[in-house]
Amino acid sequence: MTEPWWISLAKSVVLINVLLLAMAYTTWLERKLLARMQNRYGPNRAGPFGLMQPIADLVKMVRKESFFPVASSHAPYIAAPALSAATALAAFAVIPYGSGWTVADRHIDGVIADVPIGLILIFALGGIGIYGFIVGGWASESKYSLLGSMRTCAQLVSYEVSLALAVLGVVIMSQSLNLSEIVAKQGDTMWFVIPQFIGFLTFFIAGVAETSRPPFDLPEADTELVAGYHTEYSGMRWGLFQMAEYVNVIVLSALLVTLFFGGWHGPWEPLGPLWFFIKLVIFVSAFIWIRASLPRLRYDQLMRFGWKVLLPIATLNALVTALLAVWID
Amino acid sequence: MPQPADTLKGFALTFRQMFKKPITQQYPEYKRAVYPRFRGRHRLHRHENGLEKCIGCSLCAAACPADCIRVVPAENTATNRVSPGERYARIYEINLSRCIFCGYCELACPFDAITLGNEFELSEYSRDDLIYTKDMLLEPPVKRVPVASSELYDTPIPYYRSHS
Repeated sequence: MTEPWWISLAKSVVLINVLLLAMAYTTWLERKLLARMQNRYGPNRAGPFGLMQPIADLVKMVRKESFFPVASSHAPYIAAPALSAATALAAFAVIPYGSGWTVADRHIDGVIADVPIGLILIFALGGIGIYGFIVGGWASESKYSLLGSMRTCAQLVSYEVSLALAVLGVVIMSQSLNLSEIVAKQGDTMWFVIPQFIGFLTFFIAGVAETSRPPFDLPEADTELVAGYHTEYSGMRWGLFQMAEYVNVIVLSALLVTLFFGGWHGPWEPLGPLWFFIKLVIFVSAFIWIRASLPRLRYDQLMRFGWKVLLPIATLNALVTALLAVWID
Repeated sequence: MPQPADTLKGFALTFRQMFKKPITQQYPEYKRAVYPRFRGRHRLHRHENGLEKCIGCSLCAAACPADCIRVVPAENTATNRVSPGERYARIYEINLSRCIFCGYCELACPFDAITLGNEFELSEYSRDDLIYTKDMLLEPPVKRVPVASSELYDTPIPYYRSHS
């Protein structure tokens, strides 16, 4: 522990608010970019360029009546969205966003929790977050919700394997599970996207599926399932599920930046968070770009792609990286 | 079969669209001219001498499939002459929350007293406000709606539209 607890607390409070704000404006960015790609304007009524739209949405959702189906199991029904949102937010704690600064003789780390197994912790938190989607769909006592959560379950379990295997190459190359050390290693040598390009591609594709974004948005395929696991949710509980989804997108983009694109490294080191932020925005926009361009997969296509294409590639990538690492040593 | 080249072409297409001007028409600021035969809110008409064209025959109410017109006729007298015929519409109400704007009333009317105008911004906060009385229907519309020139469309304008 290099910093007193109150600095960590202050940093957490700041970061969680920044993250929530970023989440709100990710929805704005998504609607705006998607609209422009479809020759529309997107939100442009609330404030200049529709910039107040996320706030208007929040006020609307908080004020909505939060009813629930009579047959639903109340406690899990209420707990599920909170669980998903909380784990999504917590995952950001281990992501480094700067080199650290010294202010008034006190050292401030560029990360909230410098956990030795940060990467595994992120996957573990993601795994718990899936419970929120499954339990929420089950507790709603609705067929659409149950089907949606079953799909979520199957999809996220299949793609989490590829996701974890795709980062194995990075872990082997940096010989660490600590994200700060992975970033430091990239600063010393080069961004891992160059030696680990296959790993980056598999991780990116599996990540799109893991956050159930289009073209892998089968859990909430609106043409077949109304809205998937959150069909019976409304108001801010629905908002929490959406929040979890968007925070997951941000966390995954942050993970891509951290693992493959040198994290906070940039032309001028003290401005670490800025470079981190710029890279993050590029990846979030890429997620939106993919949504605007690709149609949704069929369910058997999704499963076939996950198990027969992505998983072998990720495994081979990890094996080849391991062999090369041993050979070079 | 996966076709990566075509997929990338698709990505290029969506990217290019970002720099084009959106084709959305910003509605409240920009009002597109309505079609010359557009069927909007009803209007009742008067003769040049100020008498109402409506003679209270209730044919419009009979023709109305939504049953939204209510006509209560009364006899014209020498001291109170409202319309040229024997009778006039003492009460003429159209419930616009039920109207489907089919235009059967203007077809049914033997004196072209009722026609469908061009206004379509009819929102109200209360359902009661959507019941238009005879006085409201006789008034010229408050908001002028731009109408496209009939020259643009190769379509005949019905007699009752052009002569009211």
